[in-house]
Amino acid sequence: MPDATFLDATELVINMGPQHPSTHGVLRVILKLDGEKVMGTECVIGYLHRGVEKIGENRTYQQFAPYVDRMDYIAAVSNALGYCLAVEKLLNIEAPPRAQAVRVILTELNRIASHLFWLGTHALDIGAITPVFYCLREREEVLKIFENYCGARLTTHAFRVGGLQYETYEGFEEEVRKFCDWLIPKVDEYETLLTNNRIWLNRLKGVGVLSADECKEYGVTGPVLRAAGVKWDLRKAQPYSGYEQYDFDIPTAENGDTYDRYTVRMEEMRQSTRILRQAVERIPSGPIMGKVPKVVKPPVGEVYVSIEAPKGELGYFIVSDNSTQPYRMRVRPPSFINLQALDRMVRGGLVADVVAIIGTLDIVLGEVDR
Amino acid sequence: MADEQKPEGSLAPPPPAGEAASPTEKPAAAPPKPAPPKPAAAAHAALPKPPAIMVTTPWESDITVQLKERFAAAITEFSSYLGQNFLVAQPQAVIPILEALKLELDFEYLVDITAVDYPKRPERFDVVYILYSFPRNERIRVKTMIPEGYRPATAVSVYLTSNWLEREVFDMFGIEFAGHPDMRRILMPEEWEGYPLRKEYSILQQDDRWVQENLGIESGQ
Repeated sequence: MPDATFLDATELVINMGPQHPSTHGVLRVILKLDGEKVMGTECVIGYLHRGVEKIGENRTYQQFAPYVDRMDYIAAVSNALGYCLAVEKLLNIEAPPRAQAVRVILTELNRIASHLFWLGTHALDIGAITPVFYCLREREEVLKIFENYCGARLTTHAFRVGGLQYETYEGFEEEVRKFCDWLIPKVDEYETLLTNNRIWLNRLKGVGVLSADECKEYGVTGPVLRAAGVKWDLRKAQPYSGYEQYDFDIPTAENGDTYDRYTVRMEEMRQSTRILRQAVERIPSGPIMGKVPKVVKPPVGEVYVSIEAPKGELGYFIVSDNSTQPYRMRVRPPSFINLQALDRMVRGGLVADVVAIIGTLDIVLGEVDR
Repeated sequence: MADEQKPEGSLAPPPPAGEAASPTEKPAAAPPKPAPPKPAAAAHAALPKPPAIMVTTPWESDITVQLKERFAAAITEFSSYLGQNFLVAQPQAVIPILEALKLELDFEYLVDITAVDYPKRPERFDVVYILYSFPRNERIRVKTMIPEGYRPATAVSVYLTSNWLEREVFDMFGIEFAGHPDMRRILMPEEWEGYPLRKEYSILQQDDRWVQENLGIESGQ
């Protein structure tokens, strides 16, 4: 005889995903519930595992560059920037100033696109249907700039080791400037829809709190860390690609809840347009591609280079054995590490908040699973 | 891709800045420089040979002074490569070192744990811990070398984030961490056999039995 029947059991185990519209891909979360209360979770990941690190060891340095775009496919440009910077560090070279400025422009555009996509889907998860249409409409303008620049919209493969493949097109600066002017009123419009909306406040305030100490303990970075009050952004802390020339603020908040992460990301979009405006004003002239040998063969050594991707710290640890292929290619994905904190954030909360918390972490499963 | 051979093939790493090979403006121009009689390394060997020595400079700072005092011979090397500092420690000393770094030297953020496989070396694996300190704005790496079958102690008691990171290292390299609360695979299916990031695991290899039983197809290739 079992000592507890179904009706006496206090714990109910529910499977969420892998096919679930609010898990943003193929994430499976096993929820242990006591009524409406979440007692514990377990994440089952790996459904999108493609062995990106193994592929990296079996391709040359240039051949691997398009693969990194497919990890965080919402922010492909950021992935490529981190990768190119890491290989350039290994070769001990730097991209020419013109390439660095254009890289910053494309990366910041991509940050805006990533945050817009996050906002739309996050609001949709919570029940606000309108923002997703607005956000994707605005994101479309970013994708058009990418398409004009390199022909691709999502997996752009815009960067090369040592610079960029293509020159900017006629009217590039003007389009970026126009986009900035156009975006700010749109962001204000989202805020009128959401910021003081009672349902929005009720669903987000005090939900999924992660304090600054917990963030550090779990290695959580990006907007989640900044919403907990830690003013830390790699673009300021360890500037790369010429970010030290631009004037911008790091938005932070105090409570570390889901609402704060929303305000931080909204402000980050505004700060990105500030960087964009400065960057298009002073794109230096000169070559856009540095002098890089056709066959990249870095000396024996290892480097770890990381950048501030829209989701957090994205790092590449590359070991070279002086051959044309990396000996070891490790990617430190922000989504994978941020997702680990999910259990802490949902424990003790309501089952309905799980959806809000997965949304606020802003994970991309292509990057979690690699 | 075998149509071009880069002239620089010497074992001692050349100064990478100022490539003399292609001084032309356009990167597409073929470097007409005659190659020295050094053949390119055979890329088709079954197992890649362990790399030659990385040219490092010694690393000295208040951190190294303090760690040297505490751990003496347990840390075998303090080095710096391209401005990035790392130390190499005995495997049994890693957890005390991480503890000291976290509690006394403000390295409160564990960025990453990963491993590198050198099949021909007696201590087959490098286990690499990347740490960051917010107050110092500094990044260091702690490396250790372990033989096959050695079970390094888990770092979960020091940094919570090492839970999934160590599971991934176990999943990909088969390095088991002693004392880990949940030592299971994380990305690969639980019943999968083999450790994909080991060097002898070919890129086309798969667990045929698992694929046939679970996917109902002959092969995933």
